[in-house]
Amino acid sequence: MRESIVRMEKAAKTFATPEGQTITALGGIDLDVRRNEFLTLLGPSGCGKTTLLQAISGFVELDSGRILIDGEDMTDRPPYRRPVNTVFQNYALFPHMSVGENTGYALEVAGIGRQDRARRVAEALRMVGLEGLEGRKPRQLSGGQQQRVALARAIIARPKLLLLDEPLSALDKNLRQAMQIELKTLQHELGISFIFVTHDQQEALTMSDRVAVLSGGRIQQLDTPRAIYDKPRNSFVATFVGASNLFEGEAAAGRLVTTDGIAISHGEQGSTGAATALIRPEQFFLADPGQAGPILDVDLEQIVFVGSTFELFGRTATGRRVIAEIPAMRRGLVGEIEQSRRARLSYDPSAVHLIPAEAA
Amino acid sequence: MLTITARRRAQLAILLGPASLFLAVFFLGPLAIMIVTSFLAPGLYGGVEWTWYPHNYGRILGFADPMFEEFDPVYIAIFLRSLKIAALTVVATLLVCYPAAFCISRLSDRWKSFCLFLITLPFFASLIVRLFVWVLLLRQTGLVNNVLLQTGIIDRPVDLIYTEGAIILGMVYVFIPFMFMPVYASVEKLDWTLVRASLDLGAGPIRTFLRIILPLTAPGIAGGAVIVFIPALGNFVVPAILGGAKVMMLGNLIEQQFLAARNWPFGSALAMMVMSVMLVLLFSYVVVSSRRGLDAAPGR
Ligand SMILES: Nc1ncnc2c1ncn2[C@@H]1O[C@H](COP(=O)(O)OP(=O)(O)O)[C@@H](O)[C@H]1O
Ligand SMILES: [Mg+2]
Repeated sequence: MRESIVRMEKAAKTFATPEGQTITALGGIDLDVRRNEFLTLLGPSGCGKTTLLQAISGFVELDSGRILIDGEDMTDRPPYRRPVNTVFQNYALFPHMSVGENTGYALEVAGIGRQDRARRVAEALRMVGLEGLEGRKPRQLSGGQQQRVALARAIIARPKLLLLDEPLSALDKNLRQAMQIELKTLQHELGISFIFVTHDQQEALTMSDRVAVLSGGRIQQLDTPRAIYDKPRNSFVATFVGASNLFEGEAAAGRLVTTDGIAISHGEQGSTGAATALIRPEQFFLADPGQAGPILDVDLEQIVFVGSTFELFGRTATGRRVIAEIPAMRRGLVGEIEQSRRARLSYDPSAVHLIPAEAA
Repeated sequence: MLTITARRRAQLAILLGPASLFLAVFFLGPLAIMIVTSFLAPGLYGGVEWTWYPHNYGRILGFADPMFEEFDPVYIAIFLRSLKIAALTVVATLLVCYPAAFCISRLSDRWKSFCLFLITLPFFASLIVRLFVWVLLLRQTGLVNNVLLQTGIIDRPVDLIYTEGAIILGMVYVFIPFMFMPVYASVEKLDWTLVRASLDLGAGPIRTFLRIILPLTAPGIAGGAVIVFIPALGNFVVPAILGGAKVMMLGNLIEQQFLAARNWPFGSALAMMVMSVMLVLLFSYVVVSSRRGLDAAPGR
């Protein structure tokens, strides 16, 4: 069995705007989606996520490049002959058909008999938790239920690949979190690959086996959620995923010095030359008085209590912004620094990640 | 003090009053007169005699008064021809308007409004004048025949005018805007992501058309069909000009009975027949579309 279920080779697509400019929606993308993988495309609005998805489903014709699904070249196949189904952002349920007819549409089209179809529709609806709702019309369902019908409809024909274009963005927060877990479970049960599009980094990190961070029609990094978060390849990924403190400067063994003279210790002994050091807010601690080791002194501008943590917004003596996140159990210390409006932040040099300048 | 519903009722009465009064006086009144007349005997020199006389309907349907008149299948024939011409008009206008509606709905806003303006343009010129232009085009010495003769496609002028074909052509010409508007309204509303969803689920273009596009635009097609069929069935200007004496439709027959034969009861009976067909049609349209309307109403 092939490892890769979808392979994109140098997929490129540009659009012409009415003003006569050209937009690079896909800038020569190489991508391998593994069998049985939950892959998320993450990126800001307009970065080409939908275009990439539609290139796979067949609604966008590539300017150049190839797409293979399960080893077969799909580049010139129309959407209705690709073994891929899509969950659309606004569900796109057929309003004139019942839930049962919607769900069974792919089977009806494939010429599956009535009885078989009814059985499989019931099964698909059970999988998404909508048992017995076959007779309803889509408009008689809540948004969350419509979402599930869309899901049942897309998985019923057992596609080799399921594409989901921001399927949760119209749901409220609680429902959204519940659906995130359900989707993940469903993907496991079905054993098919999901390509999931979102602009919500939290969602991407929670759900995915791997995340592809997109910007300007290019994949900036394709990695596990942890690697994306801990070891971003460039400063775009570092700032787009999670909050970050970036210090650009000149790296030498164990030390990076910024142009404004701040020294950051790091554990990557081999790296030298221009680089950017990344320290996540939660990697800072409040230093005990007289503590040795790497310290960053900041003047505090704001202290925000967000429940489990305090967020400290401060500036270094040279005016550089710093964000730190302090566990709320250290209330006593926070009380002190609230008085002095100054904080001594320490960090573990081995947790500092260096981004080489050519990548940034 | 008025309750809110009572006040609303009063408002409604004031708003609907003028229209209701107008319809009562100028529509229901004449209609009642016509119904009564259709059951009276024709006078010898025009006018009516006040006796119960169902044979006006008998002349059309087959139980004529044996003393004076006989059943003549020509009326049924005219009736059927009118139904046929109206139906063909519906089909032809639909065939023209449906694809056009799709094209126009995909244009940019500016071109869209320009095209819609073009479609309403004929309303600015007199109907009679526009129909006489067709006479000039279609008659034996007209433009079409001349061109055909000169290019050698035919060697004798052909009968284009005073045929059913000419009437249908004229009808289509007159009724295209009536078909276009409702069809366009429903095509414009069509949600193209549904079409994508259908293709995505493996349905080819033809199946997607039959299963998704057609059902979702059906209300517009039904509306257009009713709006065209009803006036086409009773239309008399088009057959009068393009059908002449040779090809008569119900409208001409009725006009003839009232103005030439001066047989008002028979004319009324014919008019009642036309009206009952239309009523049946309208009624079923309303029933079907209100049921669909319930289905399509936003839920929750
Ligand atoms: N049909 C189109 N015509 C012109 N430009 C388009 C079209 N589709 C997408 N674009 C442009 O391509 C870029 C990528 O779009 P898209 O893939 O929809 O981004 P995303 O889904 O990440 O928000 C955007 O700048 C968008 O404006
Ligand atoms: Mg998008």
